[in-house]
Amino acid sequence: MTNPAASTFVYVTFIRTTPERLWSALTDPQFTKQYWFGMHQETDWKAGSPWQLVFSDGRVADSGEIVEADPPRRLIIKWRNEFRPELKSEGYSRCTMDLEPMDGAVKLTITHVMDHAESKFIEAVSGGWPRILSNLKSLLETGELAMVQKDAVELRHSAGQ
Amino acid sequence: MDTVFKALADPTRRQLLDLLHARNGQTLGELCEGLAMSRQAVSKHLALLETANLVATIWHGREKLHYLNPVPIHEISERWIGKFEHTRLAALAELKSTLEGEDHD
Repeated sequence: MTNPAASTFVYVTFIRTTPERLWSALTDPQFTKQYWFGMHQETDWKAGSPWQLVFSDGRVADSGEIVEADPPRRLIIKWRNEFRPELKSEGYSRCTMDLEPMDGAVKLTITHVMDHAESKFIEAVSGGWPRILSNLKSLLETGELAMVQKDAVELRHSAGQ
Repeated sequence: MDTVFKALADPTRRQLLDLLHARNGQTLGELCEGLAMSRQAVSKHLALLETANLVATIWHGREKLHYLNPVPIHEISERWIGKFEHTRLAALAELKSTLEGEDHD
């Protein structure tokens, strides 16, 4: 449920795959590295467990907690930036990933919400999600990436952080 | 991709996307305020944008909120622009907007 006073971005993409394959693509660290600009997530994907998004060099980009994990339907992550003080100070955002099977494809809806208006964090991730989702779609449907790997500086921006 | 181009080929629908870009998560009523046309006509345009996946909707209680979904536009950009240098194109876009002002229809 969204609060109109909040900062919200919604991303929708349709991927020709199964909910099970998409779930595994979203949660497997080796697979994630391929489309998330070298980053991966560290968690056991159980509600209440800690969650981290880690740069390829091992630094922690973002951290938080798994709020809900209902494979292969819904994933909710409590999510805070860790490496930019002005973004970290905004506190936790909430990222919901919904997977719905639809005519031989899966509709993936990502809703990223910060509970106050004009969030700089939500603005920062807004540049990253479309690129990550394009890569994910392309990788699952064709086995190839839509974009080549960028260098480390570009990577930080690309990852939406 | 055809549906995306068809949806973008109409000035009213581009205006709706501009309104959502300015403020995301608006209701049909709020979007109608910025446009001189019937609620029914705006609703039809929004349905077309949603079919093209350029607009995503989320129910908030009894209100249907509309969000600009940038993913299809990004895919178009990747298809034809992705292999060129983004930085050079960004510099050109900036030059154009500086010289022409913010009008872009």
